[in-house]
Amino acid sequence: MKVLVPVKRVVDFNVKVRVKSDSTGVDIANVKMSMNPFDEIAVEEAVRLKEKGIATEVIAVSCGVQQCQETLRTAMAIGADRAILVETTDELQPLSVAKLLKALVDKEQPGLVILGKQAIDDDCNQTGQMLAALCDLPQATFASKIEIADGRAKVTREVDGGLETVSMSLPAIVTTDLRLNEPRYVTLPNIMKAKKKQMEVFKPADLGVDIKPHLKTLKVMDPPKRSAGVKVPDVATLVAKLKNEAKVI
Amino acid sequence: MTSLVVAEHDNASIRGATFNTVTAAAQCGGEVHVLVAGHNAGEAAKQASQIAGVAKVIHAEGEHFAHGLAENIAAQVLAIAGNYSHILFPATASGKNIAPRVAAKLDVGQISDVTKVDSPDTFERPIYAGNAIAIVQSLDEKKVITVRTTGFDPAAASGGSASVETAAAVPDSGKSKFEGNEIAKNDRPELTAAKIIVSGGRALGSAEKFNEVMTPLADKLGAALGASRAAVDAGYAPNDWQVGQTGKIVAPQLYIAAGISGAIQHLAGMKDSKVIVAINKDPEAPIFSVADYGLEADLFTAIPELIAAL
Repeated sequence: MKVLVPVKRVVDFNVKVRVKSDSTGVDIANVKMSMNPFDEIAVEEAVRLKEKGIATEVIAVSCGVQQCQETLRTAMAIGADRAILVETTDELQPLSVAKLLKALVDKEQPGLVILGKQAIDDDCNQTGQMLAALCDLPQATFASKIEIADGRAKVTREVDGGLETVSMSLPAIVTTDLRLNEPRYVTLPNIMKAKKKQMEVFKPADLGVDIKPHLKTLKVMDPPKRSAGVKVPDVATLVAKLKNEAKVI
Repeated sequence: MTSLVVAEHDNASIRGATFNTVTAAAQCGGEVHVLVAGHNAGEAAKQASQIAGVAKVIHAEGEHFAHGLAENIAAQVLAIAGNYSHILFPATASGKNIAPRVAAKLDVGQISDVTKVDSPDTFERPIYAGNAIAIVQSLDEKKVITVRTTGFDPAAASGGSASVETAAAVPDSGKSKFEGNEIAKNDRPELTAAKIIVSGGRALGSAEKFNEVMTPLADKLGAALGASRAAVDAGYAPNDWQVGQTGKIVAPQLYIAAGISGAIQHLAGMKDSKVIVAINKDPEAPIFSVADYGLEADLFTAIPELIAAL
């Protein structure tokens, strides 16, 4: 069984982005870029499935600018066998990415696609579910445990209030939550090995996919500022302020 | 122009986030209809019909809707989608699971986590963990939206008198099967609907201490319990207590953060709270930069004192 793992290049989670002065977006020039953390968990899970002998090949995919090759090399250093980049400098929204991924699912016929549940830049939480819909496949989002047996995937999902378990026929789409696994550290020998692994590059047009945007960003603003309040010297003052000033208890 | 709200419910009753979603739907203009797809969900449909501002409830009944599987609920929404200009879901685990399936099938872009409706086609939504707000315009005829509940007041649960119409249920997709769940049962308010939340961080040190220190405070205040990612990762608190960018987004009247340093990802989940109290030993903790009242103290002495003083 092949496993396809889409990965996104995003602003590193430690970077606090700034809104551009012309309100057209956030300034991402010269900031550190990394693999979306949820996607790293997805790659780790796919590689573990291969190590258990369940997956035969792990293919990492990224859609975006040429520099996404670095993100794909990281995926291969974790243990993906090969990579595919769908290269474009155009803005890609989740529906377009899902369409590009569908074209690759048709081509590669994976038994499982594992994606991060959301990207930490646009915070959309859409692509996996959209891919499942376009491919007419079952989905298990927000996974904290994946078991594959007898041609089915049994997935424990993080839902409001606790956990839920669903089982699905394969092929299927899974999106990862934080507690699915802890991604391994990438070692230098594996980084060197990853450089020799195969990377194919396509353009969206090669896959026959229209990537026109469906949403137009009119403006990007700073959020309303919350200013620091006061420090209170002791618990008694805190309780008095909450009762008399804030009137919340 | 008519909006459809896809209700979140447990068949017996409507879940809190649905009420806020109705408010957002009303702001899109036109009538508001509510879809209740469930199993033996007559009671939930009846409750939906009483929500103020709802003109019609569509009730679809089937055993395969019992657990809200995305494949089946999305298919039911698509079966009636032709009648609507806007289709709205609460941005909860359930809504986020289903909405993109509907959007993709309709070939429209989804607007996630909307916090404000500027006009029927223009919406505000936070990006980058709430460090920026984007104003986006939908270029599609139909809008598929998930609603961040903290951005909208809940619609009144009574006062409405909508008609309840039965819709033919779509068949079971058969691709996905509910196997079971473990939902924690307690008398506390839901995290996302609570008026008061007390939240603990890594400084608690263990699951036992977390329970020993935080639970009595929550009991005293009738509050929901939350946690930082660090505390959840360390196993001090269950996963679904996590407040933050990728966990729960909350905006209670009072948020008490104890032993939480305040990473931007955590602040993203609670900075819209009305009043924030931070209790932390470290005077430099970033949580103090958003707190209305900061108490520099060891939480192990401050919280028992606080419980005694309440």
